[in-house]
Amino acid sequence: MQLTGSQFTSTTALVGNDLATLPDFPAEIRAPAGTLAGVSGFQVQFGSSEIFTPGDRPDVLVAMNPAALKKELGDLARGATIIINSDAFDARSIEKAGFVGDPLEDGTLESFRVFKVPLTTMTHRSLEATSLSKKDKDRSKNFFALGLMYWLYGRPLEHSLRWIERKFAKTPEYAESNSLALKAGYNFGVTTEIFTSNYTVPEASIEPGLYRQITGNQATAFGFIAAAELSGLDLFLGSYPITPASDILHELSRYKHFGVRTFQAEDEIAAIGAALGAAFGGHIGLTTTSGPGVCLKSEAINLAIMVELPLVVANIQRGGPSTGLPTKTEQADLLQALYGRNGESPIPIIAAATPSDCFFAAIEAVRIAVKYMTPVFFLSDGYIANGAEPWKLPEDKDLPTISARFRTEAEGFFPYLRDPATLARPWVRPGTPGLEHRIGGLEKAEKSGNVSYDSFNHEKMVRLRADKIAGIASDIPDAELHGDESGDILLIGWGGTFGALRAATKSMRQAGVKISHLHLRHLNPLPKNVATVIRSFGKICVAELNLGQLLKIIRSEFLVDAIGINKVQGQPFRVSELVERISAILNQDTVGE
Amino acid sequence: MSVNEATTNLTRDDFKTNQDVRWCPGCGDYAILAQVQKVFPELGIPRENFAIVSGIGCSSRFPYYMNTYGFHTIHGRAPAVASGLKLSRPELSVWVVTGDGDALSIGGNHLIHCLRRNVDLKILLFNNQIYGLTKGQYSPTSEFGKMTKSTPFGSVDEPFHPLSLALGSNASFVARSADREPKHLTDVLHRAAQHKGSAFVEVYQNCNIFNDGAFDHVTDKKSKSDVQLVLEHGKPLIFGSNNSKGIVFDGFSPRVVNVADVGIENIAVHDEMAPLSYHMALSNMVWPESPVPMGVLRAITRPAYDSLVNEQISSTIAKRGRGKISELLRTGDTWTVPPR
Ligand code: SF4
Repeated sequence: MQLTGSQFTSTTALVGNDLATLPDFPAEIRAPAGTLAGVSGFQVQFGSSEIFTPGDRPDVLVAMNPAALKKELGDLARGATIIINSDAFDARSIEKAGFVGDPLEDGTLESFRVFKVPLTTMTHRSLEATSLSKKDKDRSKNFFALGLMYWLYGRPLEHSLRWIERKFAKTPEYAESNSLALKAGYNFGVTTEIFTSNYTVPEASIEPGLYRQITGNQATAFGFIAAAELSGLDLFLGSYPITPASDILHELSRYKHFGVRTFQAEDEIAAIGAALGAAFGGHIGLTTTSGPGVCLKSEAINLAIMVELPLVVANIQRGGPSTGLPTKTEQADLLQALYGRNGESPIPIIAAATPSDCFFAAIEAVRIAVKYMTPVFFLSDGYIANGAEPWKLPEDKDLPTISARFRTEAEGFFPYLRDPATLARPWVRPGTPGLEHRIGGLEKAEKSGNVSYDSFNHEKMVRLRADKIAGIASDIPDAELHGDESGDILLIGWGGTFGALRAATKSMRQAGVKISHLHLRHLNPLPKNVATVIRSFGKICVAELNLGQLLKIIRSEFLVDAIGINKVQGQPFRVSELVERISAILNQDTVGE
Repeated sequence: MSVNEATTNLTRDDFKTNQDVRWCPGCGDYAILAQVQKVFPELGIPRENFAIVSGIGCSSRFPYYMNTYGFHTIHGRAPAVASGLKLSRPELSVWVVTGDGDALSIGGNHLIHCLRRNVDLKILLFNNQIYGLTKGQYSPTSEFGKMTKSTPFGSVDEPFHPLSLALGSNASFVARSADREPKHLTDVLHRAAQHKGSAFVEVYQNCNIFNDGAFDHVTDKKSKSDVQLVLEHGKPLIFGSNNSKGIVFDGFSPRVVNVADVGIENIAVHDEMAPLSYHMALSNMVWPESPVPMGVLRAITRPAYDSLVNEQISSTIAKRGRGKISELLRTGDTWTVPPR
């Protein structure tokens, strides 16, 4: 299902529609088929205007079995089209999915347009000429369904046909069956009369340029490769497999010719340990993980803070706590990033807003790490990591510069002698004559870097480390405000909720509401304009997929009575629910006065 | 610069730092430090190409006392940090200094995986069979029944044999020496330095504060010839005053015999490259049932992980040319949206 979903997506992007996707799959690799827990879904919204989210309530559902129908039914827009694989609706499967009666007969689907298509039978029929087993033929039915969707929306088959050929090059029998099924599905649409019409979705009016489709995890990998290239250094990734971050490890291990070293370590701790060792050696050190992995890495992050070496810790957030919801999205690791370590341990935090923004956020994380000699948190989440969008490719000139400089002059060298502008200590590569020095986790004496237990030195160093990170505020852009500079209500968000928040703001502004949207990419330190912006609005609300973590920060930093809009269901915000809750906050206000 | 190429005029003093050494007076760590400071200038490696990485514990203060690049990391993680350093900078001579708690308890996982991969690191494990820095709890190498602050009724866990653990991880170089055997330690350090791949050296180290005399039976001048089985490649396994005793193998089991009884030709001959089971048999020899093997148990040739990783990088660059991000972004399916 994920394969066919991403095929529909790339073909849709190629015909020039704007789009956003939401893959939704179970944590188990082979979750029991036919049960609600085993449903693997793929949601895509596309159109001829700018698309910010995968959509709230699908207008079309393809349900391959009763469980899929059961799971998605509640989300569908009234009047939506449902295409059903009628072959899969036998009494046992219907019961297994938790329906009391047969939903196809008992009026459950009354308010929808239902098309029953015997997808399995049709697929088998189209593969009669092949010698494949029944089970193998069954497997091709998703491609039959995809073909049907291509017909319904007037999409060409060529892209997917080429892809099938590449993907199944080693098993030509599958390449053949899947191509046949895809074409058969398309032809089924052409020749049968069950659909009265098909749709034309014109190209979106998007900025001219060269585009590609990109997922967040892929953009993250590319961003770190770009950052290494911009700094003139090699990239070193230490990682341990974890959902939903592993794809970054997979992607980066392909690019040996970019000088990327990937080290699949024995555990999360070794992964960050090796990355820090490589940073000591003069590489761009990176470790990629998700929340549970960050728990294990926190001691090493603190070591990086103490020894003041550049390092990026990428957390692709998922539902927590503990193992939580590995394949679902959440934004509940912000306070972990900010505070989840012993001692006073300040660390810069960057959060990516969209799949393609992961590319730029990764570059920004490396820029700050190298310039300020500090570990940096890069936050993404399961939603943007797996979600895809069309991306207008940046030109080289659009990329920032990253100046990595190693000290080589022995004269006047001290390991903790700071650059007065950035407060960064010098980066010295082992192998440089005359600059031999020792670093470590024990408190260091200011300047000399020798071990020091002196109480006043300790306070001085704690404050210096804090000042260094706070000072980065002068080196980051203002947070981008969408809408007027003042108004009745300010919607603040961060990270992967960008699309939903922006779409909600746009639609409310169109309805005349004086709302603006402030989306934070730098979460520590906060951009300088946040204070001013916050003072310019009557109401402040903070929308996030947790119980109010940025909310706490905003309230404590700016002493403002901000209101939280929170959701922890492993799913992104819906635009409609945001609009509803923001409206409620506005109305409450009126009543209160 | 490669390890062998440079001739340097370094002396022991070049490797001393201005930091006060803070180990307890009489600690075995001093003797080991002195031998390392003696050996380093003899290796022909420029001083700036040495890096010493340690974890946490008394032994792990070591980098502060060596005038090389040094990294005092966190508890148990030195092999991981050192692996990252060596992978990124294969030209460096990277040494790990660790202890029995650091390497075998909290850091056991990193040690075995480092040895399995055969990362080109020199790992010195100072084994004092006790937790010194935390003031005297039993360690994973303390003997069964050990009475300590945390085991007032005697410990009820079986200790590790560090060398067996290393061999079980398929370590390519495994050796043992002792703080009070300076000459022997010097030779073993030289051998470790020359080995390509992970070199694991257990150094018996006396903690005179919390576990004094743990290795007296091994190092005591009067008894040591009866206790130490000094290993030399290609030489028979003989020990005792006048080398009167030797080892024969009954299948996989070593047995102590009088050389005179069986004849020197029937005594087992040490082979550093023998099958693992032989080295494992040596590593499991424990006093007082058996003498204590000292020296290089195993030294085999196996590709070093860091070389293989860097070889993949350089050969791919040679074949495809150095990648450019602007090209990478434009590979695969792209499309152009024309100006309206
Ligand atoms: S506690 Fe023991 S091992 Fe630690 S420095 Fe003192 S004598 Fe040496």
